[in-house]
Amino acid sequence: MDTFIQLTLNGLTLGSVYALIALGYSLVYGILKLLNFAHGDVFMVGSFIGFGVLQLLGGSTDPVVPIWLLLVAITLAAMAGCAVLGVAIERFAYRPLRDAPRIAPLISALGVSFFLAYSMQLLFGAEQRDYDAFSMDDGALFFKGFDIGNVRVPLLRIIIIVAAFVLMALLWVLATRTRTGKAMQATSYDREAAAMMGIDIDRVIVFAFVLGSALAGAAGVLFALRAPTFPSIGFLAGLKGFTAAVIGGIGSIPGAMAGGLILGFAEAYTQGYISTKWSDLLVFVILILFMLFRPQGLLGKADIRKV
Amino acid sequence: MPNPTDWDDLSQPLEGAAEASAAEGETSPAVGRDEWVARHGERRARRGGVLGTVEQRLQVVPWWAWLTLFVGIICLVPVGFESGYVRRVAFDTVVFMLLALGLNVVVGWGGLLDLGYVAFFGVGAYAYALLSSDQYDIHLPTLLVVPVVAIIGGIVGFLVGLPSRRLSGDYLAIVTLFFFQVFLTFTNNGDDVFGHSLTNGPNGILNLDQFEIFGWTLERATPDGLFNIVYLYVALVVFTLVYVALHLLNDSRTGRAWRSLREDPLAAELMGMPVNRLKLMAFAFGASVAALTGTFATALNGSVFPQNFEFPLLITVYTMVILGGAGSQAGVVLGAVLISVVLEMLRDAGGDVRALFYVVILLTLTAFFRASTKLAVVLGGTIVFGLLARFVAGEIDSSWTAGPVDDTGRIAAWASDWVIVPDHLAGWVAPVTYVGLIALALTLTLLQGWVRIAVLVPTLYLAAFVWENVMLPHPESARYIVLGAILVATMVARPQGLLGEKRVEIV
Repeated sequence: MDTFIQLTLNGLTLGSVYALIALGYSLVYGILKLLNFAHGDVFMVGSFIGFGVLQLLGGSTDPVVPIWLLLVAITLAAMAGCAVLGVAIERFAYRPLRDAPRIAPLISALGVSFFLAYSMQLLFGAEQRDYDAFSMDDGALFFKGFDIGNVRVPLLRIIIIVAAFVLMALLWVLATRTRTGKAMQATSYDREAAAMMGIDIDRVIVFAFVLGSALAGAAGVLFALRAPTFPSIGFLAGLKGFTAAVIGGIGSIPGAMAGGLILGFAEAYTQGYISTKWSDLLVFVILILFMLFRPQGLLGKADIRKV
Repeated sequence: MPNPTDWDDLSQPLEGAAEASAAEGETSPAVGRDEWVARHGERRARRGGVLGTVEQRLQVVPWWAWLTLFVGIICLVPVGFESGYVRRVAFDTVVFMLLALGLNVVVGWGGLLDLGYVAFFGVGAYAYALLSSDQYDIHLPTLLVVPVVAIIGGIVGFLVGLPSRRLSGDYLAIVTLFFFQVFLTFTNNGDDVFGHSLTNGPNGILNLDQFEIFGWTLERATPDGLFNIVYLYVALVVFTLVYVALHLLNDSRTGRAWRSLREDPLAAELMGMPVNRLKLMAFAFGASVAALTGTFATALNGSVFPQNFEFPLLITVYTMVILGGAGSQAGVVLGAVLISVVLEMLRDAGGDVRALFYVVILLTLTAFFRASTKLAVVLGGTIVFGLLARFVAGEIDSSWTAGPVDDTGRIAAWASDWVIVPDHLAGWVAPVTYVGLIALALTLTLLQGWVRIAVLVPTLYLAAFVWENVMLPHPESARYIVLGAILVATMVARPQGLLGEKRVEIV
């Protein structure tokens, strides 16, 4: 039972990060019908920005600001940096190809992904970077917390899970309650019709990239608080996020959240009960099964093509 | 009131009709483009003068003549170069050319994004390794194992392509990408499949058989340990056969059907094309070429490891196809040669590679501005700007220009008097200049006229600075950054690549 609680906790932490990444995929796919392969690398850049700001503020052992402010600062910095990066990618790599054949922006996205990963490796080296959250406040993030049965729930995990859910709630409000959010939904429903109704499509697309990339940046920081980050991490993170988006139904916001959590749990239980070695393989098998038998995902709508 | 026949005289040929029928004359049918409209722009863009005449004459040369010339030149490489290294690079280039040809079938003709392509190369390599080594003590004869592996590759490609019956476009890309991951996971963890060692995992399979044809064993190395050029000729024979076969395939019914599929799958389906079968065929053909390439590349290496088939290799082959021009066989071969040589030069930072940057910049500027005053202004401005900047930097602190510069070669020697190379680079300089360079270069694309030229000059100088101080010390990252940048730039600026045909949308 203790193992089960521990694994559930692992799954929840991992899943909330995956859900944040998946949201970025879903937002962009919903509007542009484009798989943003570079999204995983935006996540990676976010974790590096967080690391850089952490060092600027004195590092984890001796920060110049209180610990809560430190965590908020690195998250916001990563979100802002990634938002700028996302807008730049959209403007220069995708916008010129908006009317090109479907394959063209995908190849461009592959190029961007590769460019980002190796640029970071060029500038900061391939080695792993550790936020060293254990040293923050003499390990308070790990020792404080509460117990479920015999299982300790450390403060750090609570922070990650709560932060992820707060961000998702914020996105939900932005997407359903604001004018731009509604414009975004309209565009994702039918781009041409939305344009005819006077919606500025370019602005909506930029908005989607800002939201998606900022979430990826936040996910990068939340992820790197628990595990080391390195330039080539974006590839696998992107794959996981994409899988989550597909499981939940790509283009659907609640679907991406659900998909992220399902993927997190699946991975945690496989690692705990079966084997860590083959856990990635299981994720892929789930994805392929979904693609073959329910391509629209759990919460997505079936894509009916009209000619 | 004018007589209607005056302005509706059908006895006179319409304007441009002669041109139209001449253009339609001997061309092969190309689906998805209206030939005359497509060629109209081409005719208008045709160059005049001597250059135009030469260009037109060259277009008449048949494809097989080019192929013969090209293969002939590579055959002569061992005559001109004694070094085993150069010969080995020639061999690797032929391997890349074959991989690019295979990917071209899927991406260029079928219009399908296959991100698992390198895995098929791996499947071929592993199939060869399992069928001709001591792993299971199977040693099939070379002339049997090569076609068998090609067929195995085709079958695996067919199976991986099966999801494309229900999935289209991006989902297909993802399924193939996951197949690639599965392949890597499997080969890496293959040392313990239910307690049984299938692929030896990361340790790879060693001591593979060498090729043996009609009783002759093709040794990997010459007695003095150099690369044996026999393998270069084996590769060239395979290349020529595959090139000719694919060329004929492209001209066939199937080739035309693929192109129609690429242009508009829905329309093709309505016209009665068996869309699913065509997609699967494209997959199988591409995979088969990759697997075939895997056989002799592995036979030469004598061993096979999972690390040989990772993501960067996929991007490399994609860059070759995209840069050369997806859909054009000659184009992807040219792309393979260019990229392969550049990557080889970027393997380590010594010697000629420094000058590579300046040569590429000069060529790009010349191609962009042609021989105009603007070109002179940009070049002159950059040189003066550089000399001034270097002088000022040297006056402020002499250590800023005291960096060690390897000045072999004329261009490199000249550049070392021009670019700033500090003897020690502060930690913040590399990220700031690198990001600044990217920002400046992207801004350039938004500017027009003389403002653009004014910004271009410092951008070029900053680029030279970043090249010398940031990229050159880490060539292993720089080479892949170059690939990523080429992919994006080609897609945005010239989607048809170097030799591809421009797609004309007709609505």
